[in-house]
Amino acid sequence: MVKNNIVETGTDHTSSSEYKSVVKNLNFYYGDFQALKAIDMVLHEKQVTALIGPSGCGKSTFLRCFNRMHDLYPGNRYEGSIILYPDNENILSPDIDPIEVRMRISMVFQKPNPFPKSIYENVAYGLKVRGVRQRAMLDEKVEDALRNAALWDEVKDRLNDLAFNLSGGQQQRLCIARALATDPEILLFDEPTSALDPIATASIEELIADLKTKVTILIVTHNMQQAARVSDYTAYMYLGQLIEFDFTDTIFIKPKNKQTEDYITGRFG
Amino acid sequence: MNDAKKLERLRVIIARHKRWDLIFLIAGILALMIALLTFMALFIQMVIDGAPRLSWEFFTSFPSRRAESAGILSAWVGTTLVMLVTAVSAVPLGIAAGVYLEEYAPKNFFTELIEINVTNLAGVPSIIYGLLALGLFVYQLGLGQSILAAGLTLALLILPIVIVATREAIRSIPIAIREGSYALGATKWETVADHLLPYSAPGILTGVIIGLARAIGETAPIITIGALTFIAFLPASPIKSEFPFISFEWLSAPFTVMPIQMFNWVSRPEEEFQFNAAAAGLILVVMTLTMNALAIYLRYRMRQKIKW
Repeated sequence: MVKNNIVETGTDHTSSSEYKSVVKNLNFYYGDFQALKAIDMVLHEKQVTALIGPSGCGKSTFLRCFNRMHDLYPGNRYEGSIILYPDNENILSPDIDPIEVRMRISMVFQKPNPFPKSIYENVAYGLKVRGVRQRAMLDEKVEDALRNAALWDEVKDRLNDLAFNLSGGQQQRLCIARALATDPEILLFDEPTSALDPIATASIEELIADLKTKVTILIVTHNMQQAARVSDYTAYMYLGQLIEFDFTDTIFIKPKNKQTEDYITGRFG
Repeated sequence: MNDAKKLERLRVIIARHKRWDLIFLIAGILALMIALLTFMALFIQMVIDGAPRLSWEFFTSFPSRRAESAGILSAWVGTTLVMLVTAVSAVPLGIAAGVYLEEYAPKNFFTELIEINVTNLAGVPSIIYGLLALGLFVYQLGLGQSILAAGLTLALLILPIVIVATREAIRSIPIAIREGSYALGATKWETVADHLLPYSAPGILTGVIIGLARAIGETAPIITIGALTFIAFLPASPIKSEFPFISFEWLSAPFTVMPIQMFNWVSRPEEEFQFNAAAAGLILVVMTLTMNALAIYLRYRMRQKIKW
């Protein structure tokens, strides 16, 4: 079974087939500033892992290592590894093209960021970049993605409308559909509901729960209830360090670390 | 009692501060009126002088020694062709340079220096460009006193405007859109071609048209490279009846442009020619205003799709 509490026990977890990804001794630097310090963690296949912690703790920075987003800006540096299974490849290796990583690992952003194009074109863009040209194939994939993002019924009659005409919650689901259309191995969510109202938030959370049958999910959230609701595993981060990583239930009911407990119970943060 | 007094004091202070609002409002309206009324006065004077001269013949006649039969045919054809060359050369160059500086260039001392220089180039007096073009295009490259040389000169002149407009338009695209594209696995070029350029098109277009509107009225650099003031023939037609049907002979033709034609008429002693100059000026202003109106309209149309 899943080995729990790997951070504290330091169990060797490189060989398990249940891991989608293993993070080993990850350090990350913005220029001279070290934003992530010696992080060890795993992502379990087809499970939801949540990253929580006070703002500035490095949770978004950590998330953005998974699709090499930091490569877009000069002066950023990774150390250590994020191994992706089953092919056992370190996606932080300088030999690996960040574009290849982004083709395998999709991301949904904090604020809905649809392109000023039609709903259809938004979802089809990732496929277009991958060279899919046949109309029938595109139609099918777009429909699948929109269905998986629970948006199809609302937009099927207006696929050529501009994405900006959708509501905020619909736009975010569109962005999820866009990320899903290319069958990613891991889906990253960077505080996906922070710009949404409670009803739209509930629908996105429901969606995340449905999606984990298809894809491994890593989600950053500043909302602890959200982490408790949607995730199977939770990691608590503070000042660039991973303080505790465990089953979500364990983290929320009886955390082993005093700092985690203080944060969870609201005494800090 | 005390509270009522406090409130009274507060109201006095607010009233005193609001007086400055009023003073600035009046000063602002005055400043605006000075600019607006001066232009209106000039424009109306020009309409009064020039409008009676406007007729079909005025557009279809060459310049003449007799004021009443003189027209602007060679001038407006020249202006149109020169603008064509300017647009065709400045637009791709300016956009490419802008995209490079904004998206590809590393941020270091050298590119910083280039950036400062590009911005400064927009402020260089246009006659300097004329002198540069005279040496480079007319003599070194042997283009002669041609439409091509004039078009390239004006292209140099408006290049900084196009570059700055391109950069600003690209910079106004939110970072989230850019990252959204990269996150889907797009390369830099795909991001530029599929997103950045289409979304910044309204801004770029506005810059291009404002640049062209400036170029259309430029006189000094065109005189410097040797535009003629009296041209009684048209450049060779770009379309031919025999193979290959297209000819670029017109590029090397001598030419005149609207502002030079105006300048020529203004410097004549006869009063009749002054009316011709006013009429030509009127057309030039209308051309410029039309271009600006087009820029506003296209910008509005294209912006409707984009909300940020």
